[in-house]
Amino acid sequence: MELWKMTALELSGRIRAKEVSVAEAAQAMLDRIEEKDGLYHCYVTVDKESVRKQAEEIQKRIDSGEFAGVLAGVPVAVKDNMCTEGVLTTCSSKILGNFVPVYSAEAVRNLERAGALVLGKTNMDEFAMGSTTETSAYGVTRNPWDTGRVPGGSSGGSAAAVAAGECFAALGSDTGGSIRQPAAFCGVVGMKPTYGTVSRYGLIAYGSSLDQIGPICKDVSDCAALLEAIASYDAKDSTSVRRQDTDFTSALKEDVRGMKIGVPRDYFGGGLDGEVKEAVQKAAGLLRERGAAVEEFDLSLVEYAIPAYYTIAAAEASSNLERFDGIKYGFRAENYTGLHDMYKKSRSEGFGAEVKRRIMLGSFVLSSGYYDAYYLKALKVKALIKKAFDEALSKYDIILGPVAPSTAPELGGSLADPIKMYLGDIYTVSVNLAGLPAISLPCGKDSGGMPIGLQLIGGCFKEKVLLQAAYTYEKARGEFGLPEGSGKDAGSIADREEAEEAGRYGEAI
Amino acid sequence: MAKQYETVIGLEVHVELATKTKIFCGCSTAFGGAPNTHTCPVCTGMPGTLPVLNKKVLEYAVAVGLATNCTVTRYGKFDRKNYFYPDNPQNYQISQLYLPICRDGSVEIETEAGKKQVGIHEIHMEEDAGKLIHDEWEDCSLVDYNRSGVPLIEIVSEPDMRNAEEVIAYLEKLRMLIQYLGASDCKLQEGSMRADVNLSVREAGAAEFGTRTEMKNLNSFRAIARAIEGERERQIELIESGQKVVQETRRWDDGKGESYAMRSKEDAQDYRYFPDPDLAPIVISDEWLAEIKAAQPEFRTEKMARYKKEYGIPDYDIEIITGSKHMADLFEETVRLCGEPKKVSNWLMVETLRLLKERGMDPEDICFSPENLAKLIRLVDGKSINGTVAKEVFEIMFEKDIDPEKYVEEKGLETVSDEGALRRAVEEVIAANPKSVEDYRNGKGKAIGFLVGQTMKAMKGKADPGMVNRLLKEML
Repeated sequence: MELWKMTALELSGRIRAKEVSVAEAAQAMLDRIEEKDGLYHCYVTVDKESVRKQAEEIQKRIDSGEFAGVLAGVPVAVKDNMCTEGVLTTCSSKILGNFVPVYSAEAVRNLERAGALVLGKTNMDEFAMGSTTETSAYGVTRNPWDTGRVPGGSSGGSAAAVAAGECFAALGSDTGGSIRQPAAFCGVVGMKPTYGTVSRYGLIAYGSSLDQIGPICKDVSDCAALLEAIASYDAKDSTSVRRQDTDFTSALKEDVRGMKIGVPRDYFGGGLDGEVKEAVQKAAGLLRERGAAVEEFDLSLVEYAIPAYYTIAAAEASSNLERFDGIKYGFRAENYTGLHDMYKKSRSEGFGAEVKRRIMLGSFVLSSGYYDAYYLKALKVKALIKKAFDEALSKYDIILGPVAPSTAPELGGSLADPIKMYLGDIYTVSVNLAGLPAISLPCGKDSGGMPIGLQLIGGCFKEKVLLQAAYTYEKARGEFGLPEGSGKDAGSIADREEAEEAGRYGEAI
Repeated sequence: MAKQYETVIGLEVHVELATKTKIFCGCSTAFGGAPNTHTCPVCTGMPGTLPVLNKKVLEYAVAVGLATNCTVTRYGKFDRKNYFYPDNPQNYQISQLYLPICRDGSVEIETEAGKKQVGIHEIHMEEDAGKLIHDEWEDCSLVDYNRSGVPLIEIVSEPDMRNAEEVIAYLEKLRMLIQYLGASDCKLQEGSMRADVNLSVREAGAAEFGTRTEMKNLNSFRAIARAIEGERERQIELIESGQKVVQETRRWDDGKGESYAMRSKEDAQDYRYFPDPDLAPIVISDEWLAEIKAAQPEFRTEKMARYKKEYGIPDYDIEIITGSKHMADLFEETVRLCGEPKKVSNWLMVETLRLLKERGMDPEDICFSPENLAKLIRLVDGKSINGTVAKEVFEIMFEKDIDPEKYVEEKGLETVSDEGALRRAVEEVIAANPKSVEDYRNGKGKAIGFLVGQTMKAMKGKADPGMVNRLLKEML
């Protein structure tokens, strides 16, 4: 098997067996990136020199026995909203176009402590605001299954890089579905852990009360291994939780007998694509065959999740993004007169349209006279949604549903109608509002060959239950495969031109 | 007949807490480092960084709340106050609006008119901002974030004060309570205590409050008193001339003795306060609250009563000594070591106060230790040194906290009580001053003073003056 097709755990097995060196694995990735990334554009930054140096260093530490874990020597990618010491960290925004942090995000440090090799920083929607990776200031990322389509977002670069074999695994961040939805669109596995499981220190905040870092991988086992490495209590993050149960790989058991799975009827109504519905129901059937008790139930409040989410996330974002003012770091406009003009021009020129939209929305809902009617009300809705989920999860071990109402849309089709784009987050945002863990994994393809995602939602701190069910499903489902060789990946010159044409929409917002 | 007006005053007092590290990061709060040396990614608002509350800040805030009879909020939060300014690295200040740490307290003040309760509306915690420095030479502004994230509490009073005397009594009371708690040194001049005065006037007997203004930049009690008088007059003049008082923030210029408007309510910013999602709610357990309560010190009023009973020193001395926690601690510890309350009190009341005044220092700046003061008192008691030498030694001790025993020994300052040596010195003085000897013998008793002085001089001040006196009288 070609190296790039391996899962992270397959690779690390070979590395430990000394059949593959870290340098070879790293070079395989650099070659893949060289070959494919001009088209897919998964990465914002790759420092080849540093990758080679890291490979040597890690190899030494593996040889000396210091790095003995399952991620030792595995080349991974990191979403560009996580700080990496000495490496450009842009959030795919012009305003951080020159920002090189002096510290690394705790999650990145945890990966490095486990011996993983950070290849580079992946493209994303600007400040994680978007569902298509088209709001990036550095151009769109294409879906490796069909380069005329988006990879989803906001962690589109990470999901596409995993699917394209441009890394063995990646970190994404999920505020309203930003790991799960691109994972679904790219046919890979993505997991959003319980809020507080992975430190947010060094993650450039979008919606602080909702943001959570998680893994995007080729399969469930890799996902468990990555999550095990990045989960940690961190005194630098006040919302970090002390957990004793982060041995997630221990949950990789093929057994769902007696597990109770609830399927919310509300998730299968109008707006859900027929092929997606069918694939997700089939997945539920497969779990039933394996011994799970699957039944439908009414979740309620589903239609309130989107407005509550966009109110809270935008409110927090409007404040979180105030620090980008051109004074201390990042982009500063060239011609200005006085302080306020500098703020105004730097921010007007530095932020893209979607970010500005959310800053305005967030500023509005927090403004005096509207705070109670919007922000406070949204917080109350959030509490009710959490209650509805807690009640459901007292009856069921897992809630099963789709990740997104459709498969990946075509490039350029989403940004013109932001409301429609926001509605695409309907099945994912509640999980963030309720702080719950959820996993997204491929469960079929539509008639166009595009992957469909299955979402499993668990109770707080029940990642192991999710991983066990996901692992069991994955085994029952069988090999899903990677896009390359599926016939739809655009390697030809003609496709490439078409794709580049489509990419221009990314700048036209 | 001219109308009678009543002044209504409420205070917002900011107090810088005496923690070693900042409120949300581990940086030092020490004053005066080179610009941006007491900073880290957190207090400079770098992307992705997160605040973590310093528990000591919470402890101090709760302690101040308990000392001012407040109700402590058992489930509290921090809120973000959003506004753009370069001294504020995140462009929001972490403060408390919705659930401040303490509410509904009061302190008792005493003025000429008697005792009175001043209500405390709330106390909240917040972070200080950095400092902007304008470089005229380069025509640019520079930011120093050393102060960014230094912890503050803001104590908001009810509009219960009616004149400057009450305001100053209230501030003195707060200062005393907070200093006793060790929560801050509360120095107005250095900005570790800052008071903004909200003031309105109304016709005597009116039920409604008048429109208030907020006065800033008050750096001394004197400035506060002058600003209150000035603002009261300004508002009365406006009303008398048929104009309206505008709700605004004004800045006091103590040099000119007048204030000017900074911003009116109409330009007031919308701070878009909302709970900071980066900080977990503040939950105060029964146990911790009880611990903080148990650790409350003996405050000034109780201390004064005890001193009167226990030490029998004059009321005036008690008032001065307990007026500074540092001095009171020094007094008590020295008394414990040497058992001489009156003598300790004398050293503090006479020599210490004189030197403090001469050098423009506060009692908090006293650097000598109780051990050394006790030793000095013992040296005098044991007649090892005389009073003059003791004062000299004290002055050095006041400056450098030297060990007086060692110092006296090294410098050879012990009183000479060797009668032979003294007798020789007296003989020499008698021989050298026949005129004074003559005067004395002719009944001018005063002349002996001169001869004592000459003998002391000859002995380099180290003689026991009583002994010199006796010998002179014997030998003349």
